[in-house]
Amino acid sequence: MTDKLSARSARMSRRAVAGGLGAAALVAGVSPFNIVHAQGGALKVGVLLPRSGAQAGIGQDCHRGVEIAAGILKDLGLPSLQIMSADTETNVDVARARAEKLISEGAQLLVGAFDSGQTTAIAQVAEQKGVPLVINIAAAPQITEQGYKFVFRNFPTAPMILADAFANQKELFAATGVAPKSVIYLHVNDTFGMAMKGGIGAVLPKFNMPYKMLDTIAYDPTARDLSIEISKAKASGAEALMVTSRLNDAILLTRELVKQRWSPMAILSMGPGWYEDQYLKTLGKLSDGPMSFVPWYDPNKKMSKQLEAALAKMHPGINLNTNHVYTFEALLVAADAYKRAGSTDPKALAEAIRKTNITDNVSPGPGIQFNEKGQNDKLKNSAIQNRGGKLVTVAPKEAANAKPELPMTAYDKRG
Amino acid sequence: MALWTQAVPAEIYLNVVVSGVLTGLVYGLMALGLSVIFGVVRVVNFAHGEMMTIAMYLALVMFTLFGLDPLIMLIPITAVLFALGYVMQAGLINPFVTRPEHTQFLLLLGIAIIIVNGLLIMFGPDAQSVRTAYAFDSFQFGRLIVDATKLYAAATAVLAAAALFAFFRFTDTGTAIRACADNHTGALTVGLDVNRLYALTFGLGSACVGAAGTLLVLIIDITPQVGPVYTLLAFIIVITGGMGSMPGALLGGLLIGVTEALAGLIFTPSAKSMFAFAILVLVLLFRPQGILGKAIS
Repeated sequence: MTDKLSARSARMSRRAVAGGLGAAALVAGVSPFNIVHAQGGALKVGVLLPRSGAQAGIGQDCHRGVEIAAGILKDLGLPSLQIMSADTETNVDVARARAEKLISEGAQLLVGAFDSGQTTAIAQVAEQKGVPLVINIAAAPQITEQGYKFVFRNFPTAPMILADAFANQKELFAATGVAPKSVIYLHVNDTFGMAMKGGIGAVLPKFNMPYKMLDTIAYDPTARDLSIEISKAKASGAEALMVTSRLNDAILLTRELVKQRWSPMAILSMGPGWYEDQYLKTLGKLSDGPMSFVPWYDPNKKMSKQLEAALAKMHPGINLNTNHVYTFEALLVAADAYKRAGSTDPKALAEAIRKTNITDNVSPGPGIQFNEKGQNDKLKNSAIQNRGGKLVTVAPKEAANAKPELPMTAYDKRG
Repeated sequence: MALWTQAVPAEIYLNVVVSGVLTGLVYGLMALGLSVIFGVVRVVNFAHGEMMTIAMYLALVMFTLFGLDPLIMLIPITAVLFALGYVMQAGLINPFVTRPEHTQFLLLLGIAIIIVNGLLIMFGPDAQSVRTAYAFDSFQFGRLIVDATKLYAAATAVLAAAALFAFFRFTDTGTAIRACADNHTGALTVGLDVNRLYALTFGLGSACVGAAGTLLVLIIDITPQVGPVYTLLAFIIVITGGMGSMPGALLGGLLIGVTEALAGLIFTPSAKSMFAFAILVLVLLFRPQGILGKAIS
């Protein structure tokens, strides 16, 4: 008896499912976006971040930018956002699937996703479904070169980052009157590191830098001993060290510099690692000195101070950084556009984002505006230096809050 | 541009060779454990590197919670790994000793996977390290700079290896274990408790890798995933030195340590492991029994 009922129930269920799918297909055909207009309600924002897997730490750090956004957006009189979080698991395929799922669950705008590969996959979904994507962090230039209508990026592309890095270096050398005559470049040999190596090789000759690059040394980002790498760098006789690292290898490199009693005139970092909280906490006084050339924030802007205060209140002991700033600004763009569009209609939202003109913001430069490709091409990058366990901005001058210290204090003279 | 096209000061080569020797001695101690187990029990421990990570995390926990230096914890952690190895052999591996090799392989591979994932659950995937007061120290002898942690680790590894050699050479139990290794049937015939001796041997091999792991935390950062890397490295060393040969394991460790260091300096550091494999291939081609191994007639 029970079996019969079960069988009937199963047949009914299959029929119901088939009918439901047909109805859904019909509705989808008539209304391609299938998004409920909810004027006056919160905008449903799908935030995609790598909160597990290899980039888990960074994804969780980006999420802190989401956590501190609500209060500041409210103070600015912007409409509220309903955050729908999704974990990309540091995987391109998962990122694509999660973006599709978020849209099917009613997300009216997407934000994400830290990594260029994952963001590219999400951008394809956003464009296909006609839902705006505001990129928080991703530097691959191709993402905004596809002619997409629904994809916007308030983050510098890799060429912008490199060009600003060398411009900022020249500014620092001019300000201090100190410049290395030679550098050696150590870089991780993963996708990011090799891309940076290629980019630096292409951009460097155009900047007429005062130094000569003597050699490049690639190493595995998962290496557990970098003594040979530092021996080799030291043997080159270079006055300064240029690096593209991750966190753990930045700590290992510093440890080897100290052990092998080599204090370069400067450590010029073209990527993460050297300014991260864990680096500062782990190495204490030995963390002072390196300069990182990165997308950062203008510490002199009013909103930067608000953001710093909000982060200090919610996460004491964590320094404001790129991850928080650009994730926050992506949400700022979303809320601002929603307010001006007065609608959750994706086309209206995309059009409003395209006309964004936010001058009260956090990142360096004149503010947030997008060009015809959806790229904020007016963003400026900064040079930051580790000083006393804190990070200070030393260039560009208009976004600086401290003077640079060059050459950096030798490791054996730090007490 | 490879550095070998430039003039490199001689002391840089000397520094790198010394660094390779010191690291190689610790590698040798690690591989010694694998060689001892294979030489006597004739089981290849595919969970060797993973067992070493247990010792590394024990050292990390003791340092983090109680501030106990890994060098102080060396004997207690070695004892724990000895007990673990003894129990594993007596309770789990012994029934597989007479079974086909592929079943032994599957068993130990299963144990390795359990260890890696257990450590991942307990400690997460992020790299962690032990930062002792002397973590940044180095000694300068003229133009030679020697990493203090590597020196301490290598000196301790030499002492541990010497103690093991002495045990096998000068104690009755050591002689009995060697008898088991030389002639299993003969050992049974004269009434030796072979199962107990196998468990003791597995315990000693595990103790070696426990000591090596406790010393390696002074040199490298720890993640659960380092286990398989070091299992592979131990195999390369043992096959190069000669399976079952204790001096061969130490020699193999030294050879691999110095080769990796010099290859990193002369060619490119990211390709240094390639040269360790190249040595392995050469040994397999021209001396399959290993440098100090006995040829099978």
